[in-house]
Parts: sequence; C-alpha cells; structure tokens
Amino acid sequence: MTTAGAYQPSPAEAGEPEAATLLSVRDLRVVFQRRGRRPVHAVDGISLDVEPGRTIGVVGESGCGKSVTSLAILGLLPKRGVQVSGSVRFAGRELFKLSDQELREIRGRELAMIFQDPMTSLNPVLTVGYQITEVLRRHFGQKGQEATREAVSLLDAVGIPEARSRVDSYPHEFSGGMRQRVMIAMALSCEPELLIADEPTTALDVTIQAQILELIKELKRETGTSVILITHDLGVVAGMTDDIIVMYAGKVFERAPTRELFAAPGNPYTKGLLKSVPDPAHEEGTELYQIPGLPPDVAHMSPDQCPFAERCYRAEDVCRREFPPFVRLNAEHFSLCHFAEEVYQESLAARGGAVTTYGSRMDPDGKPAQGGAGR
Amino acid sequence: MSLTEAETQELQVERDQIVGRWTDARQRLLRSPSSVIGLVLIGLFVFVAVFAPLLAPYEPGDQNLSVIRPGVYPGPSAEHLLGVDQLGRDILSRIIYGARTSLVIGLVSLGFGAVVGLTIGSLAGAFGGRVDTVLMRLMDMMLAIPGLLLAIGVAAAIGRGLTAVMIAIGVVNVPVFARLLRSSMLSQRESDYVLAARSLGVKRGRIVVGHIIPNSIAPVIVAATLALATAIIDAAGLAFLGLGSADPGVAEWGRMLAETQSFLQNAPHAAIFPGLAIIISCLGFYLLGEGLREALDPKFRR
Repeated sequence: MTTAGAYQPSPAEAGEPEAATLLSVRDLRVVFQRRGRRPVHAVDGISLDVEPGRTIGVVGESGCGKSVTSLAILGLLPKRGVQVSGSVRFAGRELFKLSDQELREIRGRELAMIFQDPMTSLNPVLTVGYQITEVLRRHFGQKGQEATREAVSLLDAVGIPEARSRVDSYPHEFSGGMRQRVMIAMALSCEPELLIADEPTTALDVTIQAQILELIKELKRETGTSVILITHDLGVVAGMTDDIIVMYAGKVFERAPTRELFAAPGNPYTKGLLKSVPDPAHEEGTELYQIPGLPPDVAHMSPDQCPFAERCYRAEDVCRREFPPFVRLNAEHFSLCHFAEEVYQESLAARGGAVTTYGSRMDPDGKPAQGGAGR
Repeated sequence: MSLTEAETQELQVERDQIVGRWTDARQRLLRSPSSVIGLVLIGLFVFVAVFAPLLAPYEPGDQNLSVIRPGVYPGPSAEHLLGVDQLGRDILSRIIYGARTSLVIGLVSLGFGAVVGLTIGSLAGAFGGRVDTVLMRLMDMMLAIPGLLLAIGVAAAIGRGLTAVMIAIGVVNVPVFARLLRSSMLSQRESDYVLAARSLGVKRGRIVVGHIIPNSIAPVIVAATLALATAIIDAAGLAFLGLGSADPGVAEWGRMLAETQSFLQNAPHAAIFPGLAIIISCLGFYLLGEGLREALDPKFRR
C-alpha cells in the first residue's frame, strides 16, 4: 500500500474538482508587494478541498500564512500592494471572478468567518443584538421584533445565559469566551455552508477553549456546516477535524486524514510539531521538545531549497539544493519532503509496525465516516 | 454547553457592573474634580449668556455720563459693580451681554467648522485613496495659513460683522475637524471588528456609517469642546483688531479690551474684567475638554 514516489498531480492538485466539493482552492498564491522591498510570498501555491459537512484543520506556526489564506479565500485582503492568484471555487462559483457586490452577498450568507480575538472583533459601541441583527437584516431582510427574536434564539443556541436580557448589552459587558460565543452566533446566523474559524480559541483561556471547541462541534453537528479550523495548536485539531493540512512558510507541507497524521506523520516538520505538544504523562524534569531555530523570512528565502532545511533534523545536502517534491504516501497522505517515504516508514516502525489507519477513517465521534461525501 | 463555575461567576460580576459606554464615560467625567469645575464654569457662562437681559443691571449701550470725567473712570462701586468704561457704560452689563455674543459666535462657528470639516473628513476617511489625497492636501493648504491670519482674510473679504467673524473662525476649524475625523477613521478601518463586519457581508456604506464613524467620534467631541475655547479667543482677537461687529452697541469682550487700551492707566478695571471673563470661560472649556479626553479614552477604562 505504499504507493510512494515523486507524485505530481494529486486529486486535489489538478483537474476538475468533484461535484460534491464545496470549496476547492487551487494553487492559491498571495504576494505582498511594497515598493523598494522584496515581494513576500506569504502564501505559495496552497491547494485544498473541503467537502460538505467535513472539517479541515490547517496547522502551522505563527506567520506561516494560515490567516492570509483564509482572508484570501474570503476576498478580504486589501487590494493595494497585494497580489492574489490561483483559483477558489465555492459551491460552483469562482470567487476570484465575482464582483465585490456578488462577494458581499456570499460572505456571511454562505461563507462566514470567526476571528482570533473576540475582544477586538466586536464593535464596542454597538449592542451585540444590533450586531447580530445587522447580519440578518443584510442577508434575510429581517427587521425589528422578528430580527431581535432571531438574535435572542441565536444567543441562546451558542449558550449565552439569559439571552433575552443580554441582547441589549455592549461587548465590553461580556467576557472573552462570551464574546467568542457572540461572534460564533453572528457567523452562524445565516447558516453558512462553510465556516472558517481562524484560531477561534487562541485568545481564550484553556477551560473556555474547550467550551468553544465543543460549541463549534455541536453547532456543526446540528447544521451540517463545513468547517476550516485554522490553528497553531495540534491539540485543538486532534478531536475536531477529519483532515489536516500542515503549513510551513506559505506552503502545504503535509496533508493527511487526522488520525493518520497523528499516527504516522510523513514529514519531519509535522513530527517536530507533534513532539512539541506538552504531554501531561511526561516525566517531570525532562525538557519540552522544541523545533530548533525560527521560521524563515519568506521574503529572503531561496526557491531552490526546502524552506525547513535549516531547522530539520534530517536535512541533507539535497535539501539545501532542491525544492522538495510533494510525495504521495498513500491515497490520502501527502508530504512535501525529499525523504517523505523514509520519514513515513520511520513513523510506522515507531508505532510497532502497525498498519496505517488508511481506509478506516473515523469522524470525531468515533463512528466510521460514511464515504467521503459527508452527510 | 454548560458554563463552568468560573464563567458563571464572572458573569455575575459583570452584571453588577453593567453600564453603557456613555454612562461609563459620564461617571468617570463626574469623578474628576477639574472636569466638574469646567462644567460649572461652562454652566455659568451659558446661564449668563442665555439670561443676559434679566441679569444685566443696564443695557450694554447705556451711558452713565454723570460718573465720568476726562481721565476719571470709576472702578467698582455699588451702582456699577465692576465700574464703568471710558464712555460711562456699565462693565458688568457689557460683560454679561458679551458672554452672549461669545457663545453665539462660538457655537455658530463651531457648527459651521464641524459640519464642513466632518463632511470632508468622513469622505476622505471612507474612500481613502485619491479622494483622501486631494481633500487632505486642500486641508494642508488651509492649515499652512495661520488661523488668525486666515480669519482676518475671510473677515476682510466678506466685510466687517459678526457673520464674517463666525465664518472666519469656522473656516479655521474646518481642517482641524477634517484631519481629526479622517485619521481616526483610518485607524478604525483597519480594526478587527470592521474586518469581521466585512467578513459577514455588511455593505461598505453601512460599515462606514454604522461602525467606523461611531467609533471615530470620541476625539471629535473632545476637539469640539476645545474648539469652543479657541473660538472665544479668536472672536476676541478679531474684535480686538476691529473686525468684530460694526454696531458699537453690541458688547464684545475683545472690543472691550481694544477700546480701553488707551485708558489702561486710568481705568485698568475696564480691561481686567473682560480679560477675566475670556480667561474663565475658556478655562471652563479647556477643563471639560481635558476631562472628556480622559473619560472617553479607552486606556483609562477599568
């Protein structure tokens, strides 16, 4: 089952996406340009697919291009000084070809986003009720009592106690976790088909983090929304996602179903990330692993080397000479590495030679997923 | 989706502190002694201006020629609490009526400057790009001319009179408000909640009117308070230079100063009291302005 080798066009790489695919991003590139400076390739050829009802995790260190990717998909990057290329097909439409007007109709209605910092993502001078009803007014033309009732039931649905009286409160009267719940209520108010959650729990403390993730999971179960969960925290994606994309320096380094990725990473960078997750069972006194060095400055990176070479435990000469290939390790597992196959085999061996989980993908509840097309 | 105990507790604490944004600002304003003094001074000033005919013992133009002789202009007495000027007019009454003139000039010029300035500023802030560049260069040109000089120019062009004074001072305020609102809006444009609103498909016009401007307005309120103080000083300055009202019967603080110039040795009170009136009313607006700045500044919030 090791169909390895330098594999070029993967299913998600070329050709027409399947009809069932909700969002398919092809070769997305974002270049920030400033006069007198080297252009920064913040996102460098990202491709990903989201099928209806599924959850994709996008993982990577700060500055690897995760957030820029999500902003580019929604068309929210500034126009000046930013060059976006590639293709984003959403529910059969090419988003990059739509007018601002058409995009605005889709944003919030079919494609919504939750941001990292709930403390600053709500308008401080407007009541939360107003901010929720604004979205309803915008997309459904709901007004007055009707919209307010809807806002109350939305706040209720995201677990805000006494929603009826809280609907007239201002954001500063809510805690961070509560504000994130409000943000989620706003994002889900029009029952979008895809929700992009950009580090939704990073600014929250750990107990609240778990609650917010649980909430997203629950709402996803109820509405069948697809989710792209962007995070730097592997612990967050572990229990939430169906597939994971690992990003580094604006590129996809590894793509695999969640269980497979955790069980048998095929990329040294992913291995490093997994090793740096604190393990409570770890013996006291042992040092926490960290990947040596810092992420590269993408503005000054040579295109003819592996961006991770300088920090990689496995790097050889070829890594500093040639850009690595995107290797297919099995039907759904890809890794950008010169030694992907070796790393993958090491991982498998470390697991006691067990077979891969390939083919027995589970959804977060532990029930076997039904095919690939969601529910 | 049950809440943790900590979160429930936090919620309880929050509920005890529930206050709107403006209520909160008002409370902090009233906690600061200097703002309260400012408010009292402004209250006094406005009260005097509004009820001038009831408060003033004499008409501003009335002359009591029985008390003055050349070189002798009596100071405070029972009959004239603050004395009389070189024409035998009651200084207290003129100061009281002068408050009226100052308040009208201040409010009208502020209104004019704010409406024009804020329109320009919001256009520049909302559209950015070329619109912003053109409008702001225009404002820069206006700012390059010293305020009083600009006011003199306007007053000279339109002709003497209170209308000219109001327009002149208003014109000086235009670039101040335009730049302030624009820069405040530009910083809000990049804020997370604007991005969040855009991500939900809210239209551009609504974002500007509903989200950006309400968040940009706090510094404008502060500036407006301070601009009132400046307007009073500018009005006095213009009157002092002879660009005020053409009607000598109209009491203006600046003109009172100007007219007594040559009698300073014999009648210092004729200059001191209007000067004090200018200082006290301006002080009131400055104190309130500073207090507002602190009360509306999110950094000072709990």
